[in-house]
Amino acid sequence: MIPDDLRYSDKHEWVKVDGDIAIVGITDYAQTQLGDIVYVELPSVGTKVEAAASFGTIEAVKAVSDLYCPISGEVTEVNDNVTADPAVIKSSPYGGGWMIKIKMEKKDELDSLLNAEKYRELTGE
Amino acid sequence: MEPKKTPLYDRQVALGGRPVEFAGFSMPIEFTGVVDEHLSVRREVGIFDVSHMGEISVSGDNALDYVERLTTNQATGLDPFQAQYTLMLNDDGGVIDDLLVYRRKFDYLLVVNAANTRRALTWVTGHAPADVRIDNLSDETGLIALQGPRAKDVMRQVCGDDNVLGLEPFRSMGATIGDAPCLVSRTGYTGEDGFEIYINASSTGDVWDILMGAEPRPKPCGLGARDTLRLEMAFRLHGSDMDESTTPLEAGLGWTVKLDKGDFYGRDALIRQKESGIPRKIVGLRSDAKRFARRGSKVRSGGEEIGEVTSGGFSPSLECGIALAYVGSKFAKRSTDFKIDVRGQLVDAKYEKGPFYKKPEN
Repeated sequence: MIPDDLRYSDKHEWVKVDGDIAIVGITDYAQTQLGDIVYVELPSVGTKVEAAASFGTIEAVKAVSDLYCPISGEVTEVNDNVTADPAVIKSSPYGGGWMIKIKMEKKDELDSLLNAEKYRELTGE
Repeated sequence: MEPKKTPLYDRQVALGGRPVEFAGFSMPIEFTGVVDEHLSVRREVGIFDVSHMGEISVSGDNALDYVERLTTNQATGLDPFQAQYTLMLNDDGGVIDDLLVYRRKFDYLLVVNAANTRRALTWVTGHAPADVRIDNLSDETGLIALQGPRAKDVMRQVCGDDNVLGLEPFRSMGATIGDAPCLVSRTGYTGEDGFEIYINASSTGDVWDILMGAEPRPKPCGLGARDTLRLEMAFRLHGSDMDESTTPLEAGLGWTVKLDKGDFYGRDALIRQKESGIPRKIVGLRSDAKRFARRGSKVRSGGEEIGEVTSGGFSPSLECGIALAYVGSKFAKRSTDFKIDVRGQLVDAKYEKGPFYKKPEN
């Protein structure tokens, strides 16, 4: 399940562009690999995030993983539903499971992200 | 080297298990999810392919004497088909492996961890007196663990001999499932009632299919749930919670060591350690923090580092973090103010004696 209208990082985050805002979550492939997710740590609104740097962590039963930011900017919104009940990541990774919204600083960073076709190649899906 | 496949490999893949390499075998971590599988074992019944475990037969007139030399617990006095949890030590008292010993009709069967089969076999073969025979049965033996409160309901349907239902813990017997002769044992690694079924490798698939056809249908479980289930019971995992640099006294397994039974490998070293003092001890730690201690997390108290986590993660039954850790012996007590450094954040932890998970009274 890889929607055509999103951009993807090779660390398995997705980006949906809405004007200057990037909505960020993890892909269905990523949540499948992680298995049962118990907690998610996300940054607070106003945090500056850097492309390729960690912006949070996912505690799954199997292991803990960093969340890597696909794009630089400032966090404008955080999805509290995800921290309250991470099960939404599993049921709706591209919808209700979105994690943060970022006001993008360098929109050209989008060009280095993968399109759906390239991401399908990466994951073999 | 290409990882080995158990006789159930194709069935595991067909059930949706994605195999990874573990102890030289290609084995699935999970099927429907670690938590789902874990809770199925606590509430109903789960089924595990544990054919990767090693089986070593010790036979001959002096087999018992040799088993006593090899292991820490007292094998003398075991009834026919009784099983015993025991340890194999090196000369320094370090744990080569933890294992089950079965007294069978014509031999003693040592069931060792997959990752240690080669090492154990080398040790056992290397020290064997001329009149003792050692056979490695690992490749020709399949092993299925059926675990959970309803395991007996499954066994009732599939096994022609109702006597298996009357087996006491750590007792085993020969029985037939389908056409396959099996050794059925009332043992496991989950803390639940259940059975471990030893089968000739060529019949293991047939027995699996029969068990999977029972009602309730056992939930296939992977290595992930096997690990969370054993950690909730504070069962030590060799390779994580102990190894050849750890003694049983440090690992809290002194109850398996019978120093007065006569000589065995590692005995002198243990006596020396008892006299000179045990430098570190294993403790169970429980935490309600949202960051779970994992293997390698440092344990601190009063501003100083006192030890390290060897197994840790989320407990699906208790819904909190649990861990086993080694700390300096003087800290291994309830009153210590334990903190665990989990990725830079110090989280509070409480000392817990014995299993983290206690079965609810019903």
